[in-house]
Amino acid sequence: MGNFSLKVENFINIFIHQNGYTRVLEGLRNTLIIAVVGLIIGILIGTVIATVRVIPKYKLLPRILNGICGFYVSMFRGTPIVVQLLVFYYVLLPLMGMRVSGLQVSVLVFGLNSGAYISEIMRSGILSVDTGQMEAGRAVGLGYWTTMLRIVIPQAVKNILPTLGNEFITLVKETSVVSFVGTADLYLAFNLIGSNSYEFMVPYLVMAIIYILLVLIISLGIKIMERSLRKSDRRN
Amino acid sequence: MIDVINLQKSFGDVQVLKGIDVQIDKGDIMCIIGPSGSGKSTFLRCLNCMEDPTGGQIIFHGVDITDFKVNINIHRRKMGMVFQHFNLFNNKTVIQNIMLAPVFVQCQDLKNAKRTNARITFLNLFKKADKKQSLVPITTSKAQIKKEAHQNALSLLKRIGLEDKADVYPSTLSGGQKQRVAIIRALAMNPEVILFDEPTSALDPEMVGEVLDLMKALAKEGMTMIIVTHEMGFAREVANRVLFIDEGQILESGSPAEFFGNPKNPRLKEFLSKVL
Repeated sequence: MGNFSLKVENFINIFIHQNGYTRVLEGLRNTLIIAVVGLIIGILIGTVIATVRVIPKYKLLPRILNGICGFYVSMFRGTPIVVQLLVFYYVLLPLMGMRVSGLQVSVLVFGLNSGAYISEIMRSGILSVDTGQMEAGRAVGLGYWTTMLRIVIPQAVKNILPTLGNEFITLVKETSVVSFVGTADLYLAFNLIGSNSYEFMVPYLVMAIIYILLVLIISLGIKIMERSLRKSDRRN
Repeated sequence: MIDVINLQKSFGDVQVLKGIDVQIDKGDIMCIIGPSGSGKSTFLRCLNCMEDPTGGQIIFHGVDITDFKVNINIHRRKMGMVFQHFNLFNNKTVIQNIMLAPVFVQCQDLKNAKRTNARITFLNLFKKADKKQSLVPITTSKAQIKKEAHQNALSLLKRIGLEDKADVYPSTLSGGQKQRVAIIRALAMNPEVILFDEPTSALDPEMVGEVLDLMKALAKEGMTMIIVTHEMGFAREVANRVLFIDEGQILESGSPAEFFGNPKNPRLKEFLSKVL
């Protein structure tokens, strides 16, 4: 145990006196930016794709759109997120002549990736809403998209909120791979602290604790949100 | 008001409606009866293109609404619909349910008017003084639309005695209350005709009365109503025309006295002997 307390002392020394905490704060900031902005992009993309995929397919245009969306979803679900990061950072964006930072690529890729997953979550949510709701909206003269946006999607979101929270938590944890493209996230910060002191036990332990705390806070937030959305239900 | 000409509807290979011709005039209260699976609900849902007909025409105020190029939403505003399972918007309170469509539609019209005015103003910059177009008059505002819709909704709620339920969610209402709210939701758009798709079939017997009473009151006010129903007593008392549909065809139609008192079609006789 004496050894361990020495290691803790050593870590505290680096963390506080050698400005280790600035790296950690920066890492935490980047992790949260990637997860939150990624989730927002994901929800937007996911909602659009899900809506496209539930449109009745009598006409040609919805069919084409549906095909494109299906392709998108299978691409992003079919490859690991690390591969997507590397492909975007080293292949796609350079080919398009764009120079962007690792953080921007990470945000983009996490957004696109979660969009593919959220589209399926959202689709199940939309399908879980009674078709009568859409019919009632159409019957009073609202258009398809208006009814979708004002009636069906709010109810769908309420149904899928627990799953969406799951997705957000997964996203937060998966950000630990963005150091592949040189983004300074939480993992990279603690990794640097560890390599400075040739000692990884305490930094990685602290890292794990921070991830757990993050996830606990997020699940609490989701719980509160769910409660406020369940106002229109009888089960409170 | 509504002319239905040779209306046909198929689901895949199954032809549900095999050519229906009927004319509905203003103030008509038409009850449609028939066995289950006869196509009477499908017929009603075709009238406001909830199901797209596969053949024939529906002329509503001189416009064929089965045409895909017609903006059906504009015509649906004039055709209310009441469903068997109420279909109140679960995520909105009772009063929001009633206000949603009128407010949305009027705000949209307002937005369009403003857009037209902006275009006219822009084009007028390039025109000579004597050729300038005049603006569309705008007499209302968003706040006013909302206020009026709110008042209208409250007075409608008062009419059915549910003004104290204005701010609750539909999940806390009883079946009869839900259906009455659904009816005034349709009324809030000032429709010219209301389509009722078995409005009392999902209610328990005690609550059927309150819904039928509201419908009778509407009938007295001269609202045009098309009602698919199994309530023979109601049809006999309120309707001025009754249709009997079986296997996608109108087998008999006439005034209720003749229809119930002296049925001619053998299939109708059989049906009536079972249900009456």
